[in-house]
Amino acid sequence: MKILVGMKRVVDFNVRIQVKKDGSGVELAGVKLGLNPFDEIALEEALRIREKGMQAEVIALSIGPADVQQQLRTALAMGADRAVLVETADAVQPLMAARILLEMAKRENADLVILGKQAIDDDCNQTGQMLAALWDRPQATFASAVELKDKTLKVTREVDAGLEVIEVDLPAVVTTDLRLNTPRFVKMPDIMKAKSKPLATVKLAELNVAAAPALEAVSYAAPVPRKGGHKVESVQALVKELHDRGVLS
Amino acid sequence: MSKILVIAEHDGEKLNSSTARAVSCAAAIGGDIDIAVFAADGKAVCEAAAKLKGVKKVLRVARAENAKPLAAVLAPQVAKLAAGYSHVLAPSTTFGKDVLPRAAALLGVPQVSDVMKVKDPLTFERPIYAGNAIVTVKAPEKPCVVATVRTASWAGCGEGGSAAIEDASTDAALPSHSRYLELKRDKTDRPDLQSAPRVVSGGRGVGSKENFAIVYKLADRLGAAVGASRAAVDAGFVPNDLQVGQTGKIIAPDLYIAIGISGAIQHLTGIKDARTIVAINKDPDAPIFQVADLGLVGDLFQILPELEKALEKR
Amino acid sequence: MQIQRDVMTYDFVVVGAGPAGLAFAIRLKQLAPEKTVCILEKGSQVGAHILSGCVMDPIAMDRLLPDWRKHPPAICVPAAKDEFVLLTKTGRVRLPTPPQMHNRGNFIVSLGSLCAWLATQAEGLGVDVFPGFSAAVPLIEGGKVIGVRCGDMGLQKDGTPGPNFAAGADIHAGVTVLAEGCRGSVSKRLIKEFQLDRDCSPQTYGIGLKELWRVPAGRVQPGLIQHSIGWPLDTKTYGGSFLYHLDQDRVYVGFVAGLDYEDPEFKPFEAFQQFKNHPSVKALLEGGEIQAAGARTIVEGGIQSLPKLEMPGAILIGDAAGTLNVPKIKGVHLAMRSGMLAAKHLTESGTSAGFDARWRTSPCAKELRKVRNIRPGFRWGMWVGLVNAAIETATFGLLPWTLKNHADWSNLKKKGRIENHVDYVERTLPPRDRLASVYFAATSHDEHQPAHLKVSDTNICATKCAEEFDNPCTRFCPANVYEMVEDAGKKRLQINAANCVHCKACDIKDPYEIITWTTPEGGSGPNYQNL
Repeated sequence: MKILVGMKRVVDFNVRIQVKKDGSGVELAGVKLGLNPFDEIALEEALRIREKGMQAEVIALSIGPADVQQQLRTALAMGADRAVLVETADAVQPLMAARILLEMAKRENADLVILGKQAIDDDCNQTGQMLAALWDRPQATFASAVELKDKTLKVTREVDAGLEVIEVDLPAVVTTDLRLNTPRFVKMPDIMKAKSKPLATVKLAELNVAAAPALEAVSYAAPVPRKGGHKVESVQALVKELHDRGVLS
Repeated sequence: MSKILVIAEHDGEKLNSSTARAVSCAAAIGGDIDIAVFAADGKAVCEAAAKLKGVKKVLRVARAENAKPLAAVLAPQVAKLAAGYSHVLAPSTTFGKDVLPRAAALLGVPQVSDVMKVKDPLTFERPIYAGNAIVTVKAPEKPCVVATVRTASWAGCGEGGSAAIEDASTDAALPSHSRYLELKRDKTDRPDLQSAPRVVSGGRGVGSKENFAIVYKLADRLGAAVGASRAAVDAGFVPNDLQVGQTGKIIAPDLYIAIGISGAIQHLTGIKDARTIVAINKDPDAPIFQVADLGLVGDLFQILPELEKALEKR
Repeated sequence: MQIQRDVMTYDFVVVGAGPAGLAFAIRLKQLAPEKTVCILEKGSQVGAHILSGCVMDPIAMDRLLPDWRKHPPAICVPAAKDEFVLLTKTGRVRLPTPPQMHNRGNFIVSLGSLCAWLATQAEGLGVDVFPGFSAAVPLIEGGKVIGVRCGDMGLQKDGTPGPNFAAGADIHAGVTVLAEGCRGSVSKRLIKEFQLDRDCSPQTYGIGLKELWRVPAGRVQPGLIQHSIGWPLDTKTYGGSFLYHLDQDRVYVGFVAGLDYEDPEFKPFEAFQQFKNHPSVKALLEGGEIQAAGARTIVEGGIQSLPKLEMPGAILIGDAAGTLNVPKIKGVHLAMRSGMLAAKHLTESGTSAGFDARWRTSPCAKELRKVRNIRPGFRWGMWVGLVNAAIETATFGLLPWTLKNHADWSNLKKKGRIENHVDYVERTLPPRDRLASVYFAATSHDEHQPAHLKVSDTNICATKCAEEFDNPCTRFCPANVYEMVEDAGKKRLQINAANCVHCKACDIKDPYEIITWTTPEGGSGPNYQNL
């Protein structure tokens, strides 16, 4: 069984990002980068499936410039069998990422593609769903539990109303939610072993993937800081104001 | 002129209030607004949708396969129905987030997620980096614009409409590779903190694990979820999955009532996108009053029982 | 329960990816590329836990990597002008700049960015750098240090293994190089174990707090280096401020207070914030925004407090030893040079033996010997300290005596004995309090792990310490880790370990010596950016 894990390199979640003064973007110079936390959860789930004795090969895949290899080495240190970097200097939006992932899923004959539900930089929450659409295969998004049985997956999804359980046929796309698992710690000897695990690079141009239409980023701004309102004198006054604002209906 | 299709969210019987918010966003874009209801039957939902202000037409796409909201089943139908529309919107709930990107990919268009503001029919503001930055994006006009609407940023459009309800169908090929099994509602009657529209939160000022009962009581009165500041969690008053803030949950409810919470930056990070923040604290200089829309200074042990009673009466 | 641990073997293991450790590893690979060396760094990335003023003397960089100026690290502003002032509450008097504080030829740098830059060089030479891994305890066998044990990951609050438990690996090495910086936790254990401080004065420290600000355009003069003494400190408390002007409308603003202060009510963080609200400083900062903040203790004892630098199987370098030059306010070049000397010594001799003597006859030791009596002279107050400093400078440190140091915690006077004379101002600039400041340190500790601050007897807190010293830990910690809270009518100590920025002030200053700072899970702690 082949499990493809899509992993994006993003700004580390601890970083306090700043918007550039001229609104042209976010300050990224020298900022710490790391693997998207949701994608680490995706990799962990793939590893657990393999460790349950599923005879699976876990392939970590990333799209980006050459130095994303560093993040893929971390994925290998976590336990991925091999890694692939689709090399491009351009920023890639979800629709394009989905097209690239489709091409790679086909090349690898993937049975399962697991991605984080969203990247913590753009917060789009689209790539997994788009991949599934283009692949004409099922999508099981916001997964908080995954059960593999032969060629079907029983997935518990975190939805607003509670937990929804669906069943999908492989091959399928799963996107991970926060509560699916807690990724394992990387061990030092595995970091050393990862240096010699296979990491292939393929240039985006070689893949023959059609360029996808994209959104144009016009400008960036810091969020408007919240301003305080006013104090009321009594509980009655509070309740009245809440009703007037329509918050209590 | 824009012709906007809003995909309704519902549970088979009731229209979800998120739909009205998506309609508000559509109204901000301007133009004709139609609502699509995908259901097995959906008549009651369509009637409710037809009453929403500003809606021109309600399309009822009724077939057995639409009994449950499976993205793989709904998205091909959305994509077919989108023909002739300039915009397709859905609320950015787990429903909309699941279905709409799949439809966007079928249409071959990018999607704008979590629209906060409409600048013009092609230009929108949306949050990135967990809301720490706002980006203005422009979507390509053709073939159509697909977007999910951030519910916390829009009030419901209200009622007053009288749209026509039409039966509609598509010739979309529907897959059988995905099957809906069941929905397990939360074991407690209390709503989930992450997505609840109302949250009542307690801080160090509550004083003890036992005292937290009054926070729970008020939450129950309001049908709200319960949260806590990091200080309350550290002091052992509540378990840590109630923690709201930078290292806990980041939430955006309609109503957030902060009780005995001083308002450290770390906590405010978790609630900065709440629609209305109410603060109850005995310290008039507590930082929370600088961001609270409504503040009441006083002893929470006196205020809370009073508040509960006052809510009961109305 | 027998825990299975991985064992990795290197010729050398370095604890800490600071300037000393990195310089050691780089020099080692330059001299003996066939030797294997790894660096363990408890921060999530190199630079995450380190911060300093920082004005660097480039002598060590020029010797270690002569081409460094062609591709300098991210923040590197040449020193342009020095100013030394005495502050009063409202006024500012320019004083002659002491000779040690002339910075022509030096650079204002971000120490964190510098270390990240050095780490890239080190990795290019084949050094294995492991960020996110803490060295928790030394490994000693047969009276010899044989390496270090990394901290366990995935422990639960009660100390038992959780579902994600990963036992820390044992790193065995021929020589362990301790480069943890000021008051290193493993160094502290080993100094005690091998009685390395038997023949020297107790080590003394200061606490440094720092913020990076972006201010409105037109106010910054890149390369301007300003230091002040006086307000808001009283004459008995050693310390002062620094204000370094960078490029891109940014400034480093910071404050240092000697931890030998006497008044248990003293709040270092408050003193720092007061300084920022001095009219001359406020005019610079007002309307700007904080981008980063942090704190760290600084080793101040000088050569008389330097312990023996060698023990069987290990050596101490950099601030873990105490090589910082206080009057010059510089430690980076000395840290790096001690690392480079250690590399030379170890490749030549293959053993830790002889390193101490070698360092003590080096130019760095000479540099420290010259200024050894300056900092201790301030125990008699600021004015006597300044006069003593002037005399020591004029006589090049050749006077025949050496002032001894006393342990900082022993200087605390009982509460009520000191009357606070200093007039503070109403302050308006952010951050409002320590909790708000900690936000800009981006510090994080996973909620599940045990608290890494070990207090051996918390009964003392609510009783003896409250009476005698009014719980000074609640004031000297820059991150508001320690709080006395009321629980069912009784007072108790609450430890908010998650706020900790790893400065080590508590390990140093608590008057009963009952607080021990230990390493939390690797990767925990601050995430300093550009500090």
